[in-house]
Amino acid sequence: MEIVKELKTYTEDNTNGVKIWFKAARVIDFPENGGACVKYKGLQIAVFNFSRRKEWYACQNLCPHKMQMVLSRGMIGSTTGEPKVACPFHKKTFSLQTGNCLNAEEENISIFPVKVEDGFVYIGFTR
Amino acid sequence: MKKCTYNYVINLDSLLKSFAMQRVIVVGNGMVGYKFCEKLIARSREYEIIVYGEEPRPAYDRVHLSSFFSGSNADDLLLASRAWYVENNIELYTSELVTSINREEKTVTTHLGKTDHYDCLVLATGSSAFVPPIEGVERNGVFVYRTIEDLHQITEYSKGAKVAAVMGGGLLGLEAAKALMDLGLKTHVIEFSPRLMPRQIDEDGSQVLAHKLTQLGISIHTNKGTRKVEGNGKLEKLEFTDGTSLSIDMLVISAGIRPRDELAKASGLCVHARGGIVIDENTRTSDPAIYAIGEAAVYNNTVFGLVAPGYEMAEVAARQFTGDSSKTFNGFDMSTKLKLIGVDVASFGDAFGDALGSVPIIIHDRRNGIYKRINISEDGKLLLGGILIGDASQYNLFHQMVVNRIPLPAQPESLIFGRGEADEGAGLKSLPETAQICACENISKGDLVFHISEKNVTTLDGLKENTKACTGCGGCTPMVNDILKLTLESLGHTVKKTLCEHFEYTRQELFDLIKVKKIKTYDSLLNVQGKGDGCEVCKPAVASLLASIWNEPITHQPTIQDTNDRYLANIQKGGTYSVVPRIAGGEITPEKLMAIGRIASKYNLYTKITGGQRIDMFGARVDQLPEIWEELINEGFESGHAYGKALRTIKSCVGSTWCRYGVQDSVSYAIFIENRYKGLRAPHKLKGAVSGCIRECAEAQSKDFGIIATEKGWNLYVCGNGGSRPQHARLLVNDVDTETCTRLIDRFLMFYIQTADPLTRTATWLNKMEGGLEYLREVIVNDSLGIGDQLEKNMTELIAHYECEWKKVVESKELRSQFSHFINSDETDSTLSFVEMRGQKYPANWKSSPQQ
Ligand code: SRM
Ligand SMILES: Cc1cc2nc3c(=O)[nH]c(=O)nc-3n(C[C@H](O)[C@H](O)[C@H](O)COP(=O)(O)OP(=O)(O)OC[C@H]3O[C@@H](n4cnc5c(N)ncnc54)[C@H](O)[C@@H]3O)c2cc1C
Ligand code: SF4
Ligand code: FES
Repeated sequence: MEIVKELKTYTEDNTNGVKIWFKAARVIDFPENGGACVKYKGLQIAVFNFSRRKEWYACQNLCPHKMQMVLSRGMIGSTTGEPKVACPFHKKTFSLQTGNCLNAEEENISIFPVKVEDGFVYIGFTR
Repeated sequence: MKKCTYNYVINLDSLLKSFAMQRVIVVGNGMVGYKFCEKLIARSREYEIIVYGEEPRPAYDRVHLSSFFSGSNADDLLLASRAWYVENNIELYTSELVTSINREEKTVTTHLGKTDHYDCLVLATGSSAFVPPIEGVERNGVFVYRTIEDLHQITEYSKGAKVAAVMGGGLLGLEAAKALMDLGLKTHVIEFSPRLMPRQIDEDGSQVLAHKLTQLGISIHTNKGTRKVEGNGKLEKLEFTDGTSLSIDMLVISAGIRPRDELAKASGLCVHARGGIVIDENTRTSDPAIYAIGEAAVYNNTVFGLVAPGYEMAEVAARQFTGDSSKTFNGFDMSTKLKLIGVDVASFGDAFGDALGSVPIIIHDRRNGIYKRINISEDGKLLLGGILIGDASQYNLFHQMVVNRIPLPAQPESLIFGRGEADEGAGLKSLPETAQICACENISKGDLVFHISEKNVTTLDGLKENTKACTGCGGCTPMVNDILKLTLESLGHTVKKTLCEHFEYTRQELFDLIKVKKIKTYDSLLNVQGKGDGCEVCKPAVASLLASIWNEPITHQPTIQDTNDRYLANIQKGGTYSVVPRIAGGEITPEKLMAIGRIASKYNLYTKITGGQRIDMFGARVDQLPEIWEELINEGFESGHAYGKALRTIKSCVGSTWCRYGVQDSVSYAIFIENRYKGLRAPHKLKGAVSGCIRECAEAQSKDFGIIATEKGWNLYVCGNGGSRPQHARLLVNDVDTETCTRLIDRFLMFYIQTADPLTRTATWLNKMEGGLEYLREVIVNDSLGIGDQLEKNMTELIAHYECEWKKVVESKELRSQFSHFINSDETDSTLSFVEMRGQKYPANWKSSPQQ
């Protein structure tokens, strides 16, 4: 599964290590309290506008459960304060802060830093 | 780095000995071998554990092997990932068969020629399927049913087969037969003895079971010895000892198991004459450095072919390693509940009433296919065992009564005749703390109560996590749940069904709050009545409430909708969507049929007639949805709400306009009703049907509301259900005119919408309703609560608010723009992939996630 390997190599991303801030889309293009999918160099990244918390999150679009490219279409929410996204297929949920699977024994997902500047959303990558 | 030098002398040899960890080699990484590792590391980290497994993957849940056919993949079945072994310092070698043991040298050798030293050895080699020496069993098309690989091969081979047989009508054989049937094969079961499951159930019980299986479509042949497996290269037919024969394309042999004792035997360990490694009550073999556990072991002349006794042996062995001999293995109760075959079957304790003076009490309800037998002691005080067929819901309780010697009530027959839920509660309460509830993990009632009352565990998931109960075969889940409820209640917790952590209200309470406070959005409800940020449970539930109360287009709040509602289409495997236009009553003009054909072919969509009398078009990319709907709407179609918890279809039969028996125009009435309630949101989906006469070709009695024509008007039935737990609808009123019928349906639907829990179909709602059908009839027909007018008025308001959701989207540039895969590119998802079958496209199968 090349896509997964690709994504894995991005896992170590943290804001300090970011080399490229990719300008993804305008803030107003995103639904409130929901997500959209961003294409970056052959990768699919799910980006969430958690407007209720005034926070943004990004993770891989691929759900590790049945390898479906759909997490951006998932519902977001929180459990005991931890922000999460639920896959639309079988509702496996993943923490948007750590990428850990919260309600099953699925693989964890990769997460990416996000920043918002001048009405645009940027996602951080190491390459 | 600084180098250390030692300037004192010690005995190197004894130092190494005392520092080196003891090496434990486990041969076999099946269910029990795995459980041993889990139990040993929980007790001690002093051992180096090395595991050799012949199979290519780490230990998996063999008990649920058949779920492989219902969509689980090999990974879903794993008991632990490879990462778990690494994290716990267990060296795991898969695809490596241990071929010999040298007990003098304390080494094992594998088929790769590798030799490894052990201090202690654990043999958990399980068993293999027994294949009787019948002429021709080596032919292509003959399989056994034990490993994931077997199932792969069976699935592959079944693609070119039509008729299959299972040799062996025991527990496993029947499970295999169900699986073959689910693969679409005509299935036969061949049993040598005069009845099915001869070791677990009696003659009468077997007959009921055989009858039920025949109804499911499985042909049963008892008293049949197989003489020869005939064929030319591949198998073609079975020849029996009575001279008859049966043509088949494939055969699954399930004629019993043989413990895998070949390693033990070759190394001179004591093995049983009928197979199996002999162990003592500490699970030790005849060599004190070697233990044997699981199906490979024989204790007291018995092989235990179930997982629970294997787990018990693993526990005893693990304790031995920490010098704890307080627990020993003393045999095991072989009670079983059969799963998965579509008929409940259970046998427990002394099932046949062999004990001296035992008295059977039997119900044999041929009409409903139910057989229950309980054997009670001569003095009528104790339950000794029994058999349950057709309805085994009392199995756990009865089993516990036997194991814990719970005194029987004064009228023991009430156990199987009366079926009060109160009885079961009382039964649970009377169980002693030591009663074993989860046999696989050996969890007692006391353990569960302790976690609930002392550790504040208040959910089933919490209990599973903390105690591991229900994680083996899962059979104890209902009982664990009941104990949870009872204990919480006794602690004074009101067990209130709140929606989730964000709302401390029930659906009913939220319904009233939204209505009274005139709340129109999810966010304002969360601000006023909830806490936190919401989740995938409360968002769609509230969305459904808002829609049922205000019937505003759900496109106003797309991100609180379940994915199907959000994209107004049903998501399919692979991430594309299906499109289902409304075809009210199933009536469609040739022009509209052609329009669907043209559009489906233009967008290359897979088409299929649904079970609801309409046409589903599958495989549309998210960005294509608005275009497809635009074309459909131009042709006069509208949304079919196949994606919503909403009214689906009103099925009709052709009725009096064409049919020679019809007494009313069922098609016109079905179309009228479907158009009346289209778009109506409810706690769950709603389906109806109208039949033109008593022959009932529209199957109205399986619907949430069903209407059957009579000479005088209509009979209205309510609260039926198809699906996994079919239930016939109940007659609410008879011989009413069309107007009255419609009015009563208005009231019925509105009452359901206002009072049912989320995701509760009308059938379940009625089953839980105090007073049942009588009460419902009082409220709806006789207006006992005086709310009839109000219900009708609410319905009229909802109907007035109807709008085709797709029309709105198609006409709005802003809404349309949400239908794209990427936000920053017009490209489509390059990972979509399709295959072809019978001239149409299908999504490629699920890809399983890579290991590690
Ligand atoms: C398409 C269709 C199968 C077909 O090709 O025939 C179908 C497809 C699905 N059914 Fe169904 N059901 C379809 C007719 C039925 C019927 C037959 C009928 O309606 O006469 C039943 C039994 C009748 C009943 O509902 O009582 C049926 C009982 C279910 C159930 C079980 C409901 C229950 O109460 O037990 C589910 C699960 C659920 O809703 O939770 C389900 C769920 C589903 C889902 C939504 C599963 C899912 O989440 O993906 C499937 C969506 C497919 C899709 O995307 O279009 N489907 N489903 C049928 C669509 C009818 C239509 O025109 O709208
Ligand atoms: C379809 C099916 C349904 C079942 N349903 C139930 C049920 O409902 N309830 C229930 O209690 N039980 C059920 N069982 C039985 C249950 O699965 C077994 O009791 C259990 O798996 C026994 O565990 P084990 O570890 O002893 O043996 P196994 O799970 O068979 O594991 C033994 C492992 O050792 C390996 N092995 C053997 N020899 C060697 C060697 N020399 N070197 C390396 N590896 C070796 C084998 O390849 C195998 O992987 C079912 C079994 C099947 C097949
Ligand atoms: S269409 Fe219905 S019955 Fe068929 S697989 Fe899907 S949910 Fe199951
Ligand atoms: S594919 Fe995501 S939960 Fe199953």
